[in-house]
Amino acid sequence: MISLTDFLLVSAALFCIGLYMIVSKHNAIQILIGIELMLNAANLNLVAFGKYDKLNNGGQMFALFAIVLAAATTAVALAIILNVYKKYKTIDPDRIDKLRD
Amino acid sequence: MSLVQALFYLMSFIALASAVFVAATKNLVRSVFMFFITLFALAGLYVLALADFVAITQIVIYVGGILVLILFAFMLSGKETLNVIAQQRRQFISLSKLPAILLAVLFLIVLINMIFKVDADHLGWISQSIQTKNVIEPEAATTENIGVNLMTGYLLPFEAVSILLMVALVGAAHLSRKEAQQ
Repeated sequence: MISLTDFLLVSAALFCIGLYMIVSKHNAIQILIGIELMLNAANLNLVAFGKYDKLNNGGQMFALFAIVLAAATTAVALAIILNVYKKYKTIDPDRIDKLRD
Repeated sequence: MSLVQALFYLMSFIALASAVFVAATKNLVRSVFMFFITLFALAGLYVLALADFVAITQIVIYVGGILVLILFAFMLSGKETLNVIAQQRRQFISLSKLPAILLAVLFLIVLINMIFKVDADHLGWISQSIQTKNVIEPEAATTENIGVNLMTGYLLPFEAVSILLMVALVGAAHLSRKEAQQ
């Protein structure tokens, strides 16, 4: 069988790729994709550990909730990105530096 | 090496390689479409972790919902969004991205170090659950148990999530509506 350490290693690598995307990208949509990658890495850990909890299904249940919350987050974040684009004509977070109207 | 292990290595290779491509490419459309492949490979990994229901949910919600939403967002917002991305200044890549790469690699080293120290396969509660046969077997049907648990032990978080989805729906609709003419 596949050991838990293998799953943890894959998920650690995915998490670091997501971290790199969030720090380095100049595009809000790609930053959003990086956040989704990090959420998926966390989900992989939850599911892998959930194998050892047959009665309560704790891990799988929290992975399901995390997926649903990610969907809600993405919808709101995309609405915000579209609004920011309408106002500033760019979605580069580095260039959005005004608080006032 | 058994078939399951071979499939696991194949799936994790696909997931990691496509994730690296998503992070490395400059083209937004390509990165979104490669993200599809990452999510499918992750669903395969969930199946190998014996969580079939979560894998199906992953495909339905992530691939069917979130990614289509992202695609719609920048296709509806017109050509300008794509142009903004295309006209990014072309610099020598590794110099401007060096701090980010350094941060990610160092964090990966810390995580790997910690994973080998923790030795997750011999944790107390895991060996206990193996002893008490509380482990999901490959031929078990878990969906029924998930449904029962969702309606009993996890009813409160379930309802909270449904209210939160409602709030997010209203919020997204409010944020993206047209401003009234003044």
